Amino acid sequence: MDVVEGIKRGDRRALARAISVAEGGGAAPLVAALFKETGRAFTVGITGPPGVGKSTLTGALVTRARKEGKSVGLILVDPSSPFSQGALLGDRIRLSEHFTDPGVFIRSMASRGHLGGIAGATGDAVMLMDAFGKDLVIVETVGVGQSEIEIAEVADTTVVCLQPGSGDSIQVLKAGIMEIADVFVVNKADHPMAGQLRREIRVMMTMLDWQGWAPALVMTQATTGEGTEQLWEALWSHHAYLQESGELRSKRAGAFAHEVRNLIVGRLAASVDGAMAGAVASGLMEEVADRVLDPYAAAEQILQRFDPKAPAATAARLAPRVRATVKGLHTASAAEIAHHREAGV
Amino acid sequence: MPDQTKRPIRIVVAKAGLDGHDRGAKVIARALRDAGMEVIYTGLFQTPEQIVETAIQEDADGIGLSILSGAHMTLFPLVVEQLKERGADDIVFFGGGTIPADDAAELKRLGVRAIFTPGAPLAEIIEFVKSECLKRREVLR
Repeated sequence: MDVVEGIKRGDRRALARAISVAEGGGAAPLVAALFKETGRAFTVGITGPPGVGKSTLTGALVTRARKEGKSVGLILVDPSSPFSQGALLGDRIRLSEHFTDPGVFIRSMASRGHLGGIAGATGDAVMLMDAFGKDLVIVETVGVGQSEIEIAEVADTTVVCLQPGSGDSIQVLKAGIMEIADVFVVNKADHPMAGQLRREIRVMMTMLDWQGWAPALVMTQATTGEGTEQLWEALWSHHAYLQESGELRSKRAGAFAHEVRNLIVGRLAASVDGAMAGAVASGLMEEVADRVLDPYAAAEQILQRFDPKAPAATAARLAPRVRATVKGLHTASAAEIAHHREAGV
Repeated sequence: MPDQTKRPIRIVVAKAGLDGHDRGAKVIARALRDAGMEVIYTGLFQTPEQIVETAIQEDADGIGLSILSGAHMTLFPLVVEQLKERGADDIVFFGGGTIPADDAAELKRLGVRAIFTPGAPLAEIIEFVKSECLKRREVLR
């Protein structure tokens, strides 16, 4: 299947396959062929802690976008297990009313060891959906804590979702995700503590002198759709601001600088892993463990011989460590299996 | 291009029709996850169209459908039909639930690749999914 031609033709299977290829590390030729077709979609990132309502809110935004005929691409990121590399991708559950809408394309992505709240290939997937012709691309991050801010590099507009009762007034002053919001959403607005959180965010915002855009604050109740209209308006006012101020271009240039750096670091990291594997094999780490050599000196030794063009290796993974297995996984005897086969199943 | 057979296997685990019993589907989802696969769970009450469209958009290698409502002779064939209609019958389609042996045999004749009934060892299900999905990728390559 020629996925590039397929994407230009609007073939959904081609887009699906292209995203898989990008996830497998093969994005370069696809991006090369399609890059000129990108840059048209409005990209929105939705981030916040687990269970805050990101998927439900995303669903409400899709409904709103479809009302005016805008086509939508969704990328929903959930974490991969560092032990088995497997993942349970469950964000679709809240979006089932959009599954068969031809104007909506939904893709779940596992983070595959990437720690910034999105997957390594999320940026590529956004570009592919953009090239496919989606008007709006929404990226929902993994449920994040405080420091996963990579979404702000991928999205034009970043929405930070918060929920009432998740801490005191100091939490909103902390560094990290509170600093990347273009729009704050306080979801579950019917909660008794919702007003308090709104006040805390307002107080934080009035302490600061904003250069350019000051984040909007929207109260929502994603399950009923309340506040969706205000959120939709806030997204597009930020979009208009980005275009009128010229910030969209400088923001995207900054994001590309970040991406290009990541591509270089990614290539170098593979060579570093190769050099590390050599050092481990030659017993250098034993010397460190015996405290004959200190870690800085070991790094220096490896760097002295480092060749960025040397064959790459895959990083040593976190040692598989099984903490729990599904009940019944190891209890079936050969006799039970044979019995089951005979029963014709 | 990197070897596409080395990507994690992706499986859609689905519940269809008016059937709220999802414990089995959750156990399978978790077991496949622990076996290193990426499992996309659709949630309850899906139609055959929704299930097949999801598998296409997710570029899934397989679909596992759980039915405990007795409607298996209606829903399984509808999914097979949808897969054929969308040109997606290379996707490994298997199922599970309280399904009598005669019905299971008929469903397999219709194109469901395997039916696992209560008591089926998880290790066997995992082995089936792994080997069938990897075979499919070899063919597609």
